[in-house]
Amino acid sequence: MSGLRILVPVKRVIDYAVKPRVNKAQTAVETAGVKHSMNPFDELSIEESVRIREKKTYPSGVEDILAFSCGPPKSADILRTAMAMGADRSIHVEVKEGDEPEPLGVAKMLKAVVEKEKINLVFLGKQSIDDDAGQTGQMLAGLLGWGQATQASKVTFDGDGKGVTVEKEVDGGTETVKGVLPMIITADLRLNEPRYASLPNIMKAKKKKIEKMAARDLGVDVGRRLKTLKVIEPPPRQGGGKVEDVDGMIAKLKELGAI
Amino acid sequence: MISRSGISVLRQARTQLRTAGPTPVASLSALARLLSSLAVLEQKDGKLNQGSLGAITAAKKLGGSITGFVAGGNIKGVAEEASKVSGIEKVVSVDNSAYDKQLPENYAPLLVENIKKGGYTHIIMGHTAFGKSLMPRVAALLDVQQISDITAIEDEKTFVRPIYAGNAIATVESSDDIKIITIRGTAFAAAEAEGGSASMEHGADPKAESTTEWVSENLAKSDRPDLATAGKVVSGGRGLKSKEEFDRIMLPLADALGAAVGASRAAVDSGYADNSLQVGQTGKVVAPQLYLCAGISGAIQHLAGMKDSKVIAAINKDADAPIFQVADVGLVGDLFDKVPELTEKLNK
Repeated sequence: MSGLRILVPVKRVIDYAVKPRVNKAQTAVETAGVKHSMNPFDELSIEESVRIREKKTYPSGVEDILAFSCGPPKSADILRTAMAMGADRSIHVEVKEGDEPEPLGVAKMLKAVVEKEKINLVFLGKQSIDDDAGQTGQMLAGLLGWGQATQASKVTFDGDGKGVTVEKEVDGGTETVKGVLPMIITADLRLNEPRYASLPNIMKAKKKKIEKMAARDLGVDVGRRLKTLKVIEPPPRQGGGKVEDVDGMIAKLKELGAI
Repeated sequence: MISRSGISVLRQARTQLRTAGPTPVASLSALARLLSSLAVLEQKDGKLNQGSLGAITAAKKLGGSITGFVAGGNIKGVAEEASKVSGIEKVVSVDNSAYDKQLPENYAPLLVENIKKGGYTHIIMGHTAFGKSLMPRVAALLDVQQISDITAIEDEKTFVRPIYAGNAIATVESSDDIKIITIRGTAFAAAEAEGGSASMEHGADPKAESTTEWVSENLAKSDRPDLATAGKVVSGGRGLKSKEEFDRIMLPLADALGAAVGASRAAVDSGYADNSLQVGQTGKVVAPQLYLCAGISGAIQHLAGMKDSKVIAAINKDADAPIFQVADVGLVGDLFDKVPELTEKLNK
């Protein structure tokens, strides 16, 4: 039984607190000059991986935590953050801004990395907060033929080092499944509370290695299958103004036919 | 535009002919119809999940033939129920209790086998917990880029979906031969459960093993309406201060209105309400007739889950809270006074 070799894919996205604006040409969301950060769900995946190492919850320990990102040159910042949080090293597949592959393409790249690096656990975020697709982990599991546990809120390992028990968030509550390694797990918000990288760890992360490569180095065709025809702002809601008291609220709700 | 869609129709016709195999009759009808959709329906404990019938509504918008798919142990009753749904032509069912627990590891190969056998052009399922975990796996096995959580259909290859927590709406065109789609439940009402008379057929069962096994579930029990489909929703946030106050203040209001209960992430994280009640980008997306919230400021992530509600009413003591920019009816005040007063007056 060998230690865990964990792959954590991370994505650079517009910061969750920023309200995105559609560009004038209605082709995409404006990204220039907008604050970016690590996709919040990916922070949870890194945190969980580091905790498995620190708390020694896997019997033969964690051998490697490899962060991966496919994105523009600036995605390297996100990989530094991941390494400052505790990832050992990184792979950066560099693409032009706005030229990021679709989930299927990313999943194919990840499959190549998994095979090359002898990964036995992939920890992904359940969705990226820009595209909101929520597909990559499941696609990767399908391509590899591995078990999957999505929207994980709790992950525990058996003493024999094979079994993984995962509590998942599902509609109406939670569900617990038991899988065997190698496996794909996607993180839900409730999984943990990600740490802030400390200054010494940020300094240390600068010495950790980012291996740069192109999609073709992984032997993967990441051609797009979906063409974005148009991106528009949703129709704005008109705030209906305020009422003075509870009676006013009831009257207005009746007028609107809501009660 | 016209010529381009013409080409794609031709291509689909050819695909149909290819996959239809040895039955020339089927390929003729495929030519007449071109489009054929498979709506993946969910069942639990031998009951058809009515919410999953939205997939049939979406398939109707596409046109073409509609087949429903159900799998599980003792599936006959569910298949019969599905065969009565309006608009459905055929129900393919697979009777095997291995599929009861909705494990994507064996359900995905099952679906892939039946998709190949049926030669469908569109596979549609709700963007539910099961749909979310299953369909991307199916898409990868078929080498297709899935289109998630669509809110509208423009034509057989063009779909509309919200991105960036609903702050932008993208129209995308798929070049894949098979379109794998999950639909936003609030955008496609469930098809009527009566009026159909579909033929029934047994599907293929590859009997794939699952490396993952189901252990247990812990579902919140409630007599109130289901959050995702309720006509009215009352929702509480951080302003409630504790679980006791949440229950004391919000539940009677929900009962007075006959509403489902929702919560903001802050309320869920603080333990005031169960995770499954979270409304927002990462929780449930709701679009009821009335969304009445108290003690919720209106962060982007929360608005993503409720801003398509017909009428939004908000009670908050902060007059500048962003929720008031989207609320049709806003009341500035302390929720600990206003909500009980509202409940009392509604009960009269």
